[in-house]
Amino acid sequence: MTQSTDTSAYDDVLTRYQPVFGLETHVELGTASKMFCGCSTTFGAEPNTQTCPVCLGLPGALPVVNAAAIEYTIKIGLALNCSIAQWCRFARKNYFYPDMPKNYQISQYDEPLCTDGYLDVEVHGETVRVGIERVHLEEDTGKNTHVGGATGRIHGADYSLVDFNRAGIPLVEIVTKPVAGTGALAPEVARAYVAELRDILRTLGVSDVRMEQGSLRCDVNTSLTPNGSSEWGTRTETKNVNSLRSVERAMRSEMIRQAGLLDAGGRIKQETRHFQETTGSTRSGRSKEEATDYRYFPEPDLVPVAPDAGWVEQLRAGLPELPAARRDRLRSELGLTADELQSLVNAGAVDAFADTVAAGAPAAEARNWWLGYLAQSANAREVEVAALPITPAQVAKVIELIAAGTLSSALGRQVVDAVLETGGDVEQVIADRGLAVVSDTSALTEAADAAIAANPDVAEKVRGGKLPAVGVLVGSVMKATRGQADAATVKAILLERLGVSETG
Amino acid sequence: MAELIELDAAETAARIAAGEVSAVEVAQAHLDRIAESDGDIRAFLHVDTSGALAAANAVDERRRSGEPLGPLAGVPLAMKDVVVTRGLPTTSGSKILQGWVPPYDATITRRVREAGIVMLGKTNMDEFAMGSSTENSAYQVTRNPWDLSRVPGGSSGGSSAAVAAFQAPLSIGTDTGGSIRQPAAVTGIVGHKPTYGAVSRYGLIAFSSSLDQAGPFARTVTDTALLHQVLAGHDPLDSTSIPSPGPDVVAAVKEGAGSDLSGVRVGIVRELTGLGGGYQQGVLDSFRDAVAILESLGAEVVEVSCPHFDYALAAYYLIAPSECSSNLARFDSVRYGLRAGDDGSRSLEEVMSLTRERGFGPEVKRRIMIGTYALSSGYYDAYYGQAQKVRTLIADDFRRAFTQADVLVSPTSPFVAFGVGERVADPMAMYVNDLCTLPASLAGTPAISVPCGLSDETGPALPVGLQIMAPAMADDRCFRVAASFEAAYVARNGQILAGRSRSGSAGSGTAGNGTDGANR
Repeated sequence: MTQSTDTSAYDDVLTRYQPVFGLETHVELGTASKMFCGCSTTFGAEPNTQTCPVCLGLPGALPVVNAAAIEYTIKIGLALNCSIAQWCRFARKNYFYPDMPKNYQISQYDEPLCTDGYLDVEVHGETVRVGIERVHLEEDTGKNTHVGGATGRIHGADYSLVDFNRAGIPLVEIVTKPVAGTGALAPEVARAYVAELRDILRTLGVSDVRMEQGSLRCDVNTSLTPNGSSEWGTRTETKNVNSLRSVERAMRSEMIRQAGLLDAGGRIKQETRHFQETTGSTRSGRSKEEATDYRYFPEPDLVPVAPDAGWVEQLRAGLPELPAARRDRLRSELGLTADELQSLVNAGAVDAFADTVAAGAPAAEARNWWLGYLAQSANAREVEVAALPITPAQVAKVIELIAAGTLSSALGRQVVDAVLETGGDVEQVIADRGLAVVSDTSALTEAADAAIAANPDVAEKVRGGKLPAVGVLVGSVMKATRGQADAATVKAILLERLGVSETG
Repeated sequence: MAELIELDAAETAARIAAGEVSAVEVAQAHLDRIAESDGDIRAFLHVDTSGALAAANAVDERRRSGEPLGPLAGVPLAMKDVVVTRGLPTTSGSKILQGWVPPYDATITRRVREAGIVMLGKTNMDEFAMGSSTENSAYQVTRNPWDLSRVPGGSSGGSSAAVAAFQAPLSIGTDTGGSIRQPAAVTGIVGHKPTYGAVSRYGLIAFSSSLDQAGPFARTVTDTALLHQVLAGHDPLDSTSIPSPGPDVVAAVKEGAGSDLSGVRVGIVRELTGLGGGYQQGVLDSFRDAVAILESLGAEVVEVSCPHFDYALAAYYLIAPSECSSNLARFDSVRYGLRAGDDGSRSLEEVMSLTRERGFGPEVKRRIMIGTYALSSGYYDAYYGQAQKVRTLIADDFRRAFTQADVLVSPTSPFVAFGVGERVADPMAMYVNDLCTLPASLAGTPAISVPCGLSDETGPALPVGLQIMAPAMADDRCFRVAASFEAAYVARNGQILAGRSRSGSAGSGTAGNGTDGANR
């Protein structure tokens, strides 16, 4: 990626235009069964094994609303400071597509379950309030696989396969109001919003929010307003934005693309664009101008949903501590600075950090591990830090063993690597791989004598008073013990065997 | 002893339970009757001989092992092909579902099976239940047993013809705008459209979701009530299903048959008495005579006005097509049914279009197009939105009328059975058959059609139906009044009206004139 070119092009855009953006986020709810039938929602099953007459849209089959999905959606609405509808209906969104069994999607149209809320996000110490337009509930579609052909798209494919396991999984759509006035920070605000939303959903326990499995998907609407203009520009909708990093990249690249067009005297076409992970750019999809008329009408197979006000208040009272409140508490309890906390938030490691501290590790050590070595490991594996296969308790254990001298820092990293690779109990990993610090003095003395014997001239220099030369011998011993010795101990033994005193 | 096929369902079940006749013998008698008559009638799309005999045998086994049997155990039944039956072809009268064998049972199919009722097969119908003559079937034209040159009504014409032709004592139909009541009326049998939500829609191939209701056909009011009792009840698989037990309609029939109608207020709906013309005189005469019978039974007859009923037809032909345009979208060749033109040269979209072009008949296409238009953005408020308001006004008319009367009555249809081919070219001429039945459909209220006489105005004497309407969840009122009426009718004429189609000596009178002595 040409970050520097991008950066200057991006800065250049902002000298002439101000971005306005909006986000539509789809989240698969973590209910045990589907939205309108009893089929399992487990990810990764054999194609079309989690289906029934209802989610296959067989003639005669009827939907029945999953009460847990309603509850989850209301919880999301409450966490996003929304009003909860006292009465609302599902609607049919009619369009033909082979991944949609009924050729209509049961969704909500003009009567969403939750409306008019907000979510505050922090970017560089600044709080930005993102308005929430609506939160509504719908069913997911199946998944098409187009086989053959060059593009993986339906055109040119030899044949297509449809897996309906995903069809009917409850999907919540969270739509923001347009966000204006964030200037150059817009892509970061968008990213921070999605990150905060993801953390809220996780805290509420309503979704596993695995972006890589598609359980949280974003559409990013972007437009540019020329400086001095009060009228917003035409927006494009970028679909297929499936990671936090992509949210930011997609908006940046779309801003640069739109500015280029506008600068050249062109106009922006209102259209759907697709984000491409590989290039970081967007390409044109179908045009909104020729988009289908969805012919929404109230779903006659379902009775209206009328959440009891008392029940809603009960749900509100039962909400867990939300991430923002939790961060405030952690900040004061653990004595973190705003910046320190922000780095943890950005790394998606707040929970991991707090849990590591809760498991007994000192805050500074815990932070260093999660923002340092573990963040690098996550980066190398291209996963979120929180998705690393290591628990905060395991990290705390490693920290404890380093403090106790059982592990050196280097050994600690080896233990972490081993856990990440094969899993298992930390102490077991140490035992199995023989990773503990060698504290057996006789073994070390033997190794020291061998090093002295192998390097007589170095030994002579040390004996002659050139103390720093002992480092060569220490290195030799460390190598012989495969890094498992404590360097300070080795040095002391070597000096003792050479009959030299460090203090002279 | 009368032939087995002439027995009513209650009597048949009683004899099976007593061991006087086996369920297999009863099933075989009806299968024989179908074999002998269905070349003319063409009521069945699929006869399940082995399934029927196996089900009958199971009932006989249960009886032999001393298990208690339900009140309809062993009684044969004909099922409208819109109802999904596991392992039995189900087409909804359409080419687009030719060859589809459902992997599951509709809730009412399950209830029928669990009651020990013997399903003989699947009956013909207007494609996707759209029509009033069964001529819109993609497969065959069903004939009216009273006059083979005429239609049996529709859309449940196969089910009405089967019962009227003594091929089965019971059948099941579905009624969206009158598709149980009108065929019952024109074939001289009883048909009940239950309160919307009383009978589960799970497994009914949807035409118009907010209007569709399945219900029973039989030759007597008692049998109709017995079958209704089997079908009705809450179903967690249908969220529009009423979550409380419905009224005991069998008890209502006993009460009605054993007593007069003193204290019952019967409302004649002025807007359904043909004041603006268009109703056949023979139908109006029969209706007048039927009201006279009700009066003679002690009912207090009043006239009520339901002014918005005049808009029912217009509202119905927006709501039903709108819902059907969405409901029928799933027939796209991807997962089941017909797939046309998939020869590797066409895109998925082209295959879908061609399949729908070839798979749907003209009336279905007409309604899909009307509905697609009515739901389009920019037209929704003017059409679908307005129609829903009319629906509310009609329900309000009913509410007001039911403060003045316990039940409302009207002719079931303005016409007796018409000739095959007579109305097919003119959709409006077809649609007006449902003029009297549409209001109760739109309001979701129950209504029964009970035979009330014969009219020879258009040639041979043909049955006329009396429609009795009641408030939502008061299906028992329909049955109580129908049972009293039927008892009075039999007292005057010596037998139920349906009995006469069998002898071919139907006569030419109307109810109450006492001159058509076609007694058996």
